Amino acid sequence: MIGSLAISGGASPRPAARRLSARGLLLAALALCAWPVAAQQPVPRLTGRVVDTTATLSPSERAGLEQKLAALEQRKGSQIAVLIVSTVQPEAIEQYSLRVAEAWQIGRGKTDDGIVIVVAKDDRLARIEVGYGLEGAVPDALGKRIIADQMIPRFRAGDYAGGLNDGVDALIKLVDVETLPPPTGPRRTERGADRERGDWSGILPFVLFFAFVVAPILRRVFGSLFGALAIGIGAGFITWFLSSVLFLAFGVGGVAFLLALVGLVGGPGRWSSGGGYWGGGGFGGFGGGGGGFRGGGGRFGGGGASGGW
Amino acid sequence: MRVTAICTLVVATQLAGCGYNTFQTQDEQVKAAWSEVVNQYQRRADLIPNLVETVKGFAQQERDVLLGVTEARSKVGSIRATPELINDPEAFQKFQAAQGELTSALSRLMVVVEKYPELKSDQNFRDLQAQLEGTENRITVARNRYIASVQQYNVTVRSFPSNLTAMMFGYKTKPNFTVENEAAISKPPAVSFERKQ
Repeated sequence: MIGSLAISGGASPRPAARRLSARGLLLAALALCAWPVAAQQPVPRLTGRVVDTTATLSPSERAGLEQKLAALEQRKGSQIAVLIVSTVQPEAIEQYSLRVAEAWQIGRGKTDDGIVIVVAKDDRLARIEVGYGLEGAVPDALGKRIIADQMIPRFRAGDYAGGLNDGVDALIKLVDVETLPPPTGPRRTERGADRERGDWSGILPFVLFFAFVVAPILRRVFGSLFGALAIGIGAGFITWFLSSVLFLAFGVGGVAFLLALVGLVGGPGRWSSGGGYWGGGGFGGFGGGGGGFRGGGGRFGGGGASGGW
Repeated sequence: MRVTAICTLVVATQLAGCGYNTFQTQDEQVKAAWSEVVNQYQRRADLIPNLVETVKGFAQQERDVLLGVTEARSKVGSIRATPELINDPEAFQKFQAAQGELTSALSRLMVVVEKYPELKSDQNFRDLQAQLEGTENRITVARNRYIASVQQYNVTVRSFPSNLTAMMFGYKTKPNFTVENEAAISKPPAVSFERKQ
């Protein structure tokens, strides 16, 4: 691309060519700005309690580990997850593990009783990331001992499954003696994100703005039917964006459409207190659903221990 | 026409009102993040006496370094790290500087420890070292979260129209950890992170 710029710049440019080369230069500059300087390793998707991107563990080894971890969760409610990646460069393993733990949100929301074990095979580093709630059960010193005494000797010998099993056993032993809130029955996963959405007063002005300013304009521009359609779609979209619940979005959109059609919302001079039904509040708890392992919203503060071999 | 005017007024007050509420939320978030930072720094300071005693047991002749660590710790302890510290940039700087000195003193100590293999393999010392590493990591995490919350707050203070609300109620931008201090403070005791076990 730079080459072509040079060529077009070299010849005596006609006005059009000069414009083109300037645009090309701008595009090149923008492309360079957008280029990531040092790409971080991505956080893998949480597909199960044991995520192995390097295919180190055999299916039976993985199943064995997952069974132990699932049994722990059933027994105590606390979650432990294992991640094996090849490298975490250019980050430190502490940085990367925290990113993973915050993305996966292992552990229950209120108790933050999650642990994430991260093994970077090619970097020869391992870390146990401990959630806030388990920092008493697994203090840094004990975490370090588990890594140094149970896991690393086995990793050094190439026995990743053995090292992980020993490490997990030791951690489970520590978690078992800790007093934790009892596990709830069939897991209603609280989506961690829902906790952030407590405050609905923030969106109310936007909603009012849409209802009373945009809607009349739409009605005037598109006429009664299409204006109502636009209002309905807009309301539905906003609701879906805010609550991520599709049927709710459809419901609100439909109601908005009908009301707009009748002329309650967006009708010039027919301003009823239609603001009432916009009032949100309390959409939380529509947490996710079907099978598969999910984090429970646990939080991490950087506690834990690392080691290398 | 009148209806539209009333609607616009309602929306405008909502927006301004919202700005005020945002300040309350974000101010509290900054305070909470700052408390966490202070907490973790305190945790590090609490580890020091034990650490010094353990090292003394094996490396008594390294009195200078041990003294340096103890002095740096007492300097840190003399600064009262209250939540109000973030509203006073000068005191904030002093706090950062003191913590940075403690970090340097600890690095020097860890370098010295390398000369004593018996000390390095002592289980007590290894536990303390693990705790120190963990605390340094927690400090980093707490600082990053503080920086993020202060950024959010400062953006609100400086954006239109919430900067008008800020001026009305006297909300100013809060200090952030600066880059030069960042380099000095966030460098953990280098040797103790050595991977050869």
